Amino acid sequence: MVALLNVSNLSKEYKQASYFFKSKKTTALYPINFSIEAYKTLAIVGDSGSGKSTLAKLLVGAESPSSGEIKLNGQTLEEGNFKQRCQHIRMIFQDSSTTLNPSLTIHQLLDEPLKLNTQLNELERAQLIRETLQKVGLLPDHMNFYPHMFSGGQKQRISLARAIILKPQVIILDEALASLDPSLRSQMINLLLDIQEQMGLAFILISHNLGIVKHFSDQIMVLSGGKVIEEGNTLDVLSKPTKKHTKKLIMSQQFQLFSR
Amino acid sequence: MNLLDIRNLSLVMMSGNKRIVAIDRVSLTMKEGELRGLVGESGSGKSLLAQAIMGVLDDKWILDADRFHWRGTDLMRLSVAERKKIISKDVAMIFQEPMACLDPTTKIGDQLEEAVDDKQLSGYFWQKKKQRKLAAINLLHKVGIKQHTQCIRSYPHQLTEALCQRVMIAMALARRPILLIADEPTAAMESTNQGQIFRLLASLNQLKNMSVLLISHDLENMTHWTNRITVMYSGQFVEAGTTEQIFSTPYHPYTKALVDSTPHANLNLPHKSRLSTLPGSIPILQHLPIGCRLGPRCPRAQKACVNAPKTKNHHGHLVSCHFSLKDSY
Repeated sequence: MVALLNVSNLSKEYKQASYFFKSKKTTALYPINFSIEAYKTLAIVGDSGSGKSTLAKLLVGAESPSSGEIKLNGQTLEEGNFKQRCQHIRMIFQDSSTTLNPSLTIHQLLDEPLKLNTQLNELERAQLIRETLQKVGLLPDHMNFYPHMFSGGQKQRISLARAIILKPQVIILDEALASLDPSLRSQMINLLLDIQEQMGLAFILISHNLGIVKHFSDQIMVLSGGKVIEEGNTLDVLSKPTKKHTKKLIMSQQFQLFSR
Repeated sequence: MNLLDIRNLSLVMMSGNKRIVAIDRVSLTMKEGELRGLVGESGSGKSLLAQAIMGVLDDKWILDADRFHWRGTDLMRLSVAERKKIISKDVAMIFQEPMACLDPTTKIGDQLEEAVDDKQLSGYFWQKKKQRKLAAINLLHKVGIKQHTQCIRSYPHQLTEALCQRVMIAMALARRPILLIADEPTAAMESTNQGQIFRLLASLNQLKNMSVLLISHDLENMTHWTNRITVMYSGQFVEAGTTEQIFSTPYHPYTKALVDSTPHANLNLPHKSRLSTLPGSIPILQHLPIGCRLGPRCPRAQKACVNAPKTKNHHGHLVSCHFSLKDSY
């Protein structure tokens, strides 16, 4: 099976101006290679400052990489070509309440990506929004509501609706499940799994909850200080970690594989 | 003797002419040297309960309790000033965002020295300044900060979140409290730092015999550290018992759903299977269901659930449900 997303030698350096013409370089992400297939989930774990958010930003195109290239279905994603990129790679953020514009209704919120990226007319767009809202477990009537009328879990669903409305192929979940309450979180996990099955999406899950990572992901990548220190099948890595850092991460959550 | 004994505590707010019962007859007992967890999702009133214990609630809340004892003295009978005197001496609290709780314009050392009680110092006033500084350094050592000179000289923004939380704990320890209330001390923290803070609280509990009331919204994080757990839902008492009881034989449908919904390290759960959840979401304060507030979401709800259930005690495992899962084990 051919890989959906192929990342080769992707890296990111930040330059900080210091004295005169000199500048200090800090490497946020060393060259990294990986690929994902459709219907699969790649989990990225690591401490803060390990470069996982930088990687997410590079993938969606919010930052331009220092080197390397990203290929989607064998086609190189060009830097700055957002029309091409944002149709295929979408992102969901941690805090859903601050990512939704409070002055727009849900209809307007979901209409924006459609207006910018599709040739649909107004009626078709409204129909698509209705369908998408139903897909994420909300009612079509919710179209005329404002974000503050929803609870935290529902807002996260709206973020998901915004992500899937352009029928993307890759969705990046940047700690998207962390701020939810446990019972809402498992609802959200179920919904994400359903949508993955229906639409054949690939997820990139950035999380520090190893329980969710274990349940959700097929592949895992452990980052530390901008470098990949361990990668492979999730269950293999979590049950037999080889690197000290991974062991420490697992220990810190008292995460033992046991059967109840 | 029980350290804290709360029976049927209610918190009511009048909104217009409508009575909003934010906390509905919750009971909580804490023994000395106990590490108790208080679990509930957002809006379950767990922070309100902590604030009620501390006595720092607004005037708009009306507090009512059948029993509210602190080490044998009835707090309900005391005046506000007397109550404050007892509570501020014996109880300390730490909060969710340590960075936001510390004064950003003052150095950590000055803030710590401010927290040190005058009564612990002896001698003349010119001797006190040095003692105060020593006391602050001692406090930092107690919470495991070894580079005290560096820490004392820095401002809160120069320290990491976990270090700030340690400083907060140090400040809380300044008056040598008997009970420490930790209101989500590790929210928005990395898992390695979370472990550090929990370990520190556990060691303080063990070494200093300080009781800790650990408030959290996540059941799975707490299980390793707590002796006993109390679960709340939407302002009502749900279940209380030892960690073992709560985790292996939950009697209440809500607790069972919470335990089942955690994919934590459970190998029996097939990969990518659907997790069991409760339908719907947490009710908001303005539209609370009558009777048992879990009613509309509960898989076992029946007609009797429109009346709030009484708390039943099965060998120290308290549960508040008409149709508890006790017989299914």
